Amino acid sequence: MSTSGFNTRLKTDADVDIRATYMELQQLEGIATAVRRDILRMVAAVNSGHPGGSLGCTDFMVALYFDIMRRKQDGDGKPVFDMNGHDEDLFFLSNGHISPVFYSVLARAGYFPISELATFRKLDSRLQGHPATAEHIPGVRIASGSLGQGLSVACGAAYAKKLNGDDKHVYVLMGDGEQQEGQIWEAAQFAPNKKLGNLTAIIDLNHAQIDGTTQNVNDNRDLAAKYRAFGWFVDEMEGNDISDVIRTLRKSQENPDVPTMILMHTEMGFGVEYMVGNYKWHGTAPNADQLQQALNGLPLSIGVTDY
Amino acid sequence: MKKYDYTDKKDTRSGFGAGIAELGRSNPNVIALTADLAGSLKLETFIKEYPERFVQCGIAEANMIGVSAGLTIGGKIPFATTFANFATGRVYDQIRQSVAYSNKNVKICASHAGLTLGEDGATHQILEDLGMMKMLPNMTVINPCDYNQTKAATIAIAEYEGPVYLRFGRPVIPVFTPADQKFEIGKAWHVNEGDAVSIFCTGHLVWEAIKAGEILSEQGIEADIVNIHTIKPLDEEAILASVRKTGCAVSAEEHMLNGGLGDSVAQVLARHFPAPLEYVGVHDTFGESGTPDQLMQKYGLTADKIVEQVKKVMARK
Repeated sequence: MSTSGFNTRLKTDADVDIRATYMELQQLEGIATAVRRDILRMVAAVNSGHPGGSLGCTDFMVALYFDIMRRKQDGDGKPVFDMNGHDEDLFFLSNGHISPVFYSVLARAGYFPISELATFRKLDSRLQGHPATAEHIPGVRIASGSLGQGLSVACGAAYAKKLNGDDKHVYVLMGDGEQQEGQIWEAAQFAPNKKLGNLTAIIDLNHAQIDGTTQNVNDNRDLAAKYRAFGWFVDEMEGNDISDVIRTLRKSQENPDVPTMILMHTEMGFGVEYMVGNYKWHGTAPNADQLQQALNGLPLSIGVTDY
Repeated sequence: MKKYDYTDKKDTRSGFGAGIAELGRSNPNVIALTADLAGSLKLETFIKEYPERFVQCGIAEANMIGVSAGLTIGGKIPFATTFANFATGRVYDQIRQSVAYSNKNVKICASHAGLTLGEDGATHQILEDLGMMKMLPNMTVINPCDYNQTKAATIAIAEYEGPVYLRFGRPVIPVFTPADQKFEIGKAWHVNEGDAVSIFCTGHLVWEAIKAGEILSEQGIEADIVNIHTIKPLDEEAILASVRKTGCAVSAEEHMLNGGLGDSVAQVLARHFPAPLEYVGVHDTFGESGTPDQLMQKYGLTADKIVEQVKKVMARK
């Protein structure tokens, strides 16, 4: 089954209720399972890449692309990508190492063929190890991977929307380890001071980074208090509960002058029992046996296929 | 030697200020950003006329580069301004990933480049910026020589789609290029016809090269003086045409020899037309406090030094 036709939340005329849910929760969960299978198969195929954070952010990414974002599409429901993204919601992935989930969700939303996921991290692929624009892969608007830069870029894109009189929204996802980067806090000051209410930033709070727990490596301490002090509206959600993600993200669009920071509680490796909560799976691919074991626990919905 | 006169002396950063003010009027997509240096970058007119298109980022250069990259996604043409030191070395990775690799239409406009920043000393006197910027794929690098050329270059880069590094400075120097010039990115300006030696010069050293040309001319040595205002893409044809005629060359720049214009010229000559080359620039050392004139003297960035290097290179022919 192609799932590309489901994003009907793009406001094409004034009569369309953009708050309506057009896809049943069960369908979203079916897509999330397919995405998790994609992630595992992609990283296993090249024995590299970052499955842990990708799996943890899968439910969020599916909810965002298949429910929340108002995206341009043609008459057949196929996404239309142009770099400027005028009059549509935009998403930036700041923690670029979770590229597998980004690519899988883009492909399953119809930005490019899902068969292309098989080229991930291979020579001459459009699916670079970390997201890039040089190969012109539809859906990617900025290179990311060197951490701490995405929030600034999202601020710029949100600022441009305001200058353009464009009422659509900008979303950016960051890691919690990434909060250790200084540039984040430059942008954290900028967004509320510039009244970027059309910006929602999400932190994947899985408490894990390459060298261990964020607490042990360099404790973020009270992120909510920090962002509140910087002038953000701070919210929380359960990142592995699609309903809660949708509910919380919708609320974040309602602050005209105040940017929203959402602390998203996730489990690294969510959906694969042996990976859950183990930071070892931040940047390690499963071997053939581990892959099979993981896939066995993620049965495809009827009509959904692997790439 | 062709005669160059000037009636006025101005700083190149004011040429930038005039250029961006004009762009404000002609191009509604042009946005000016700064990191707490609006006055130093001469943005007053732009800010007064187009306050809604001015973005004060505060002392946060990394964020300014990222915000600029984001603004391009909405079709804007951001001019990110600060001192050359903070516009390059401080934010190299932000420029590398979010601007150059992502190929965003960001114009990084850097004042107070080189030793002529003066009394603030070496913490602020960057001499490596051209090298860092020219190494980045997709990046165009421009170092204009006077007020009028800087103004014209500022206007020209708004028309060009892609990342640009525009470098200018603080000292008040002669205005000797025409006010009505059209700036062509990547096209060298032939300052003087000669056959004895080529002088490839950029930025503040162009006026010094003209003075050197006059001294040499009085001694019967006619120098072929070529202003390489665009460090990248390099006008290789102009360089080769000149050296095929003269058989030797001197490069002159307010920059570290490693990574500077001279390096680029050397590459072209080594690959296509090996010929003796001498350099005028800073030799693997940091600057220090002093007046711009004192510093240019001490570090050998003068007309006299160019003359000296010309004699040296001509003897090697």
